[in-house]
Amino acid sequence: MKEIKAADISAAVARMCVSANTKLPDDVRRKFEEGFKNETTEAGREIFRQLLENADLAFETKLPLCQDCGLAIFYVEMGEDVVVPGGLNKAITEGMVAGYKDGYLRKSSCDPLTRKNTGDNTPAIIHIDLVPGDKLKISYMAKGGGSENMSRVTMLAPSQGWAGIKKFVVQRVAEAGPNPCPPVILGIGIGGTFEYAPKIAKKALLRKLDDTHPDPKIAAMEAELLAEVNALGIGPMGLGGSYTCLAVKIAVEPCHIASLPLAVNVQCHSARHEEVEF
Amino acid sequence: MAKYSLNTPLTDADIEKLRAGDVVLLSGIIYSGRDAAHKKLADLLDAGQPLPFDLKGASIYYVGPSPAPPGRPIGSAGPTTSYRMDAFAPRLISLGLKASIGKGKRNDEVKAAMREHKAVYFGATGGAGALLSKCITASKVIAFDELGPEAVREMTVKDFPLLVINDAFGGELYAKPNLKE
Repeated sequence: MKEIKAADISAAVARMCVSANTKLPDDVRRKFEEGFKNETTEAGREIFRQLLENADLAFETKLPLCQDCGLAIFYVEMGEDVVVPGGLNKAITEGMVAGYKDGYLRKSSCDPLTRKNTGDNTPAIIHIDLVPGDKLKISYMAKGGGSENMSRVTMLAPSQGWAGIKKFVVQRVAEAGPNPCPPVILGIGIGGTFEYAPKIAKKALLRKLDDTHPDPKIAAMEAELLAEVNALGIGPMGLGGSYTCLAVKIAVEPCHIASLPLAVNVQCHSARHEEVEF
Repeated sequence: MAKYSLNTPLTDADIEKLRAGDVVLLSGIIYSGRDAAHKKLADLLDAGQPLPFDLKGASIYYVGPSPAPPGRPIGSAGPTTSYRMDAFAPRLISLGLKASIGKGKRNDEVKAAMREHKAVYFGATGGAGALLSKCITASKVIAFDELGPEAVREMTVKDFPLLVINDAFGGELYAKPNLKE
């Protein structure tokens, strides 16, 4: 067994929360730079210019890139030979609370009915997968409400197939229009079950924007969907242009013979996530 | 597309010259208010109570800023998505609200109210909260402190960069998606 100290996990999580909210990931920045150069509309280029300036300023001042520092989402891959005395969930939660407090990050979590703010951004949303070995990998994502609200889960009929999937995704982005802060990134979960499709869709958003799916068939599907979504012409912040979507990331899992679950998790352009490994 | 520097409170004359696509640099006092604050404002109106600020000529910014670090008037402060305030906006517009500031689409009722009562909807750049905070020179909570980030703040802005998304004549800036069907 490998013992990992809860305090070390908390400290790393706190650092990640602050860092991810103040430093735009390099792959996202490269897309902004590309958009600033290549976007077809002047209004769209101006948005990219502002977003690059915003990223520089956030890095210098440690102000959050976006005031919506999100609900704190964690995807954990925990080796079966790892033990965390005191508890992993508690360690992550305490780190998150400290990071959001000390980093002057916004606390955006509230009771769904009374709408009373929980005050410390709890609960952390933690997904744990047990994997072989003695490593512990924690990925953190700051997931804003505006783009999350534009996300959908649907249960298609198997006969609808890839054409039905594409139609649903393209219509979803069209209906969302300027609301989720385009250019968006799409995490698409195909298969699984009603609860599993969105879980893999969100996890797909942790991939680098410029990576290529190892399965060439899925890589081709991602490229095809990206082209169709960008043909909508919604553009940066809905002002028109060729950059409606920066990347499509698809996760596929087997599903019931009766079902074709589909989850579309919309991510705004401020795609803030980091990971740490022990 | 024209560019204007305007000061709050906004007048009918200010609103009448604006068209969708115009750039406005807004200066003066604006008020923050988003989901929970709008509900509370509506409750006050229902109860016949005064609002925490004068709606005549007012501009409301749909924002829930991040906490102000030491030495700064405010944290990151970009717009939130506006449609969630659509249920409340027509009433506020009919009572004198001249501008709302946010991002994303408005519904037909809000657009109709803007035409009828001469008001506009401004877009600020979503996800540029650090940058936009530079234009906010002062901020203080004036109501609903218990709402935390959703409290109503009186903010002083200087050359706050905005785009006219919906004008008072039915004009709209947002691109219509090219859907095949």
